[in-house]
Amino acid sequence: MSGVAVSSAGPRRGWRSVSTWIGAIIVGLAAFAAIFGPSLVPHDPFTQDLGKRLLVPFWMEGTDPQHIFGTDQLGRDYLARLVYGCRISMMIGVTVSIVSGLIGITLGVLGGFMGGRVDDAVLFAITTRLSIPVVLVALAVVGLLGTSMTLLVLTLGLLLWDRFAVVARSTTMQVRNLDFVSAAWCAGCSRFRILTREVLPNIASHLVVVATLEIALAILLEATLSFLGLGVPPPLPSWGLMIAEAKDYMFFSPWVIMIPGVALFILVLGINLLGDGLRDLFGARSP
Amino acid sequence: MLQFFIRRLIVAALVTATVMTLAFILTRLSGDLATSIAGANATAADIEAIRKAYGLDRPVLTQFFDWIGRAATGDLGESYFFKASVASLIAERLPVTLTLGITGLSIALLVSLPLGILAAVKENTTFDRAVQVVALLGQAMPSFWLGLILMIVFGLQLGWLPISGTDSWESFIMPGVVLAFSAIPALTRLTRAGMIQAMSSDYIRTARAKGLSRASILLKHALRNAAIPVVAIAAVQLGFMLGGSIVIEQVFALHGVGFLAWESISKNDFPVVQAVVLVLAVIYIALTMLADMMNAVLDPRLRGA
Repeated sequence: MSGVAVSSAGPRRGWRSVSTWIGAIIVGLAAFAAIFGPSLVPHDPFTQDLGKRLLVPFWMEGTDPQHIFGTDQLGRDYLARLVYGCRISMMIGVTVSIVSGLIGITLGVLGGFMGGRVDDAVLFAITTRLSIPVVLVALAVVGLLGTSMTLLVLTLGLLLWDRFAVVARSTTMQVRNLDFVSAAWCAGCSRFRILTREVLPNIASHLVVVATLEIALAILLEATLSFLGLGVPPPLPSWGLMIAEAKDYMFFSPWVIMIPGVALFILVLGINLLGDGLRDLFGARSP
Repeated sequence: MLQFFIRRLIVAALVTATVMTLAFILTRLSGDLATSIAGANATAADIEAIRKAYGLDRPVLTQFFDWIGRAATGDLGESYFFKASVASLIAERLPVTLTLGITGLSIALLVSLPLGILAAVKENTTFDRAVQVVALLGQAMPSFWLGLILMIVFGLQLGWLPISGTDSWESFIMPGVVLAFSAIPALTRLTRAGMIQAMSSDYIRTARAKGLSRASILLKHALRNAAIPVVAIAAVQLGFMLGGSIVIEQVFALHGVGFLAWESISKNDFPVVQAVVLVLAVIYIALTMLADMMNAVLDPRLRGA
């Protein structure tokens, strides 16, 4: 491990490792549900059955044993939609953070490594990016160009790279001045080789932490955009869209917004717990 | 000091110019604006007429410099849908958004400052951990969902607060709380970290050695130093809140700038969209600049940066 990571490592406290495990289990379950869930659930998330609208979930009276989480306003099985929605959330979270990670890490490492004018330009890009209201611009892009998954991922990816860039830049600056990098220079290594073989592996742990937190943020933002009607196009069951579609019924049957909302909350909480745990494990300071 | 301020102003001006360019490009993304304004049933002649009327037949660069030139003098153009000047539309809606943002920030500070200070004083106790758990929970809470839950509980079941609208100050309580939730985790963590760092410093040891009271040490010496980054982040958070209020204005039907932007996006009213992006960005830029300058005044060590 690099000096950066070791120097700030603190003692790990008991409850921290418990919370990390809770996070890991939640994320593991969500990943399982996202990959295998849709083929394990007995119902299809798109099949409407208008005779079975708004059936109540299993903890309420008068439930249908066929639909343990009930059905929505069009009679679609809520469990099937929930599980399929988990796949959509996870897919968007991961792909958005790949796009934003590529942009942010490239900019941050370049700025931190080259310094001078290049770094000034990177800092300016970060400042500009932070001054742009994310939700508004994402809504405007999707609203003007139409809703599609690809467009959504690209838009969020182009908007959420700032934390990657900030962390990559500051950690690269710290690593740049360490002895093994000087040794590599003296050994005649090329700039590219030093960046890929010396710098990147030593800042990777910090970037993994940022990636987990960005996945959580992207999932929340996707749900928000879908809730506002400009995210995942219907009839795909995004959790945000499920809440938006159920909103009209929430005063009479609050569970219609409780189920997808709680799922969203637990997934984001789990990813954040895992991210915080990894941060402690790697001994990284919060950016 | 003056040099620092001037440099900061130049950066702010450059960022604003970049945002203006991006906002202009953003609204041109959809390709032919005249077609989308005219709607699906328009004839070719209608589209041509709209193109002429809105000046969309001019070269893109002419349109761009025209917009920049007008925006610099406060003229943000005409709304296609509302048939009114964009500047007046925004001026009309801005008070609602600002009230919401300031309410949210006040609630956030009222919660996170005491929590952060207490957590720092009782570092590594059950209370400290509880505060950190609350911060984590707050971070994971989808704001629109929290808004709906509050509406069900406090609006419908208990009947304490109005569900929507802007008729009285009570209408701002629920949206303010929801907005505050997004800032509380960061502000609490920062207050806690700042206080812990301040409490372990030499000047606190000196103050202790002088025999000052605990309250005096905490509030006069430690908090004053811990507050510097909190003030900066609070200003930045207010900027984020104003940008993020679009969701909450939609949930609670508050007719602020965010609601206006939302309406305009769905109606392809692009002069309003690009103006709202610009106005929110300028407010954010001004707030961060203010925070930096306030920091420089409060902490002379930062002036060299």
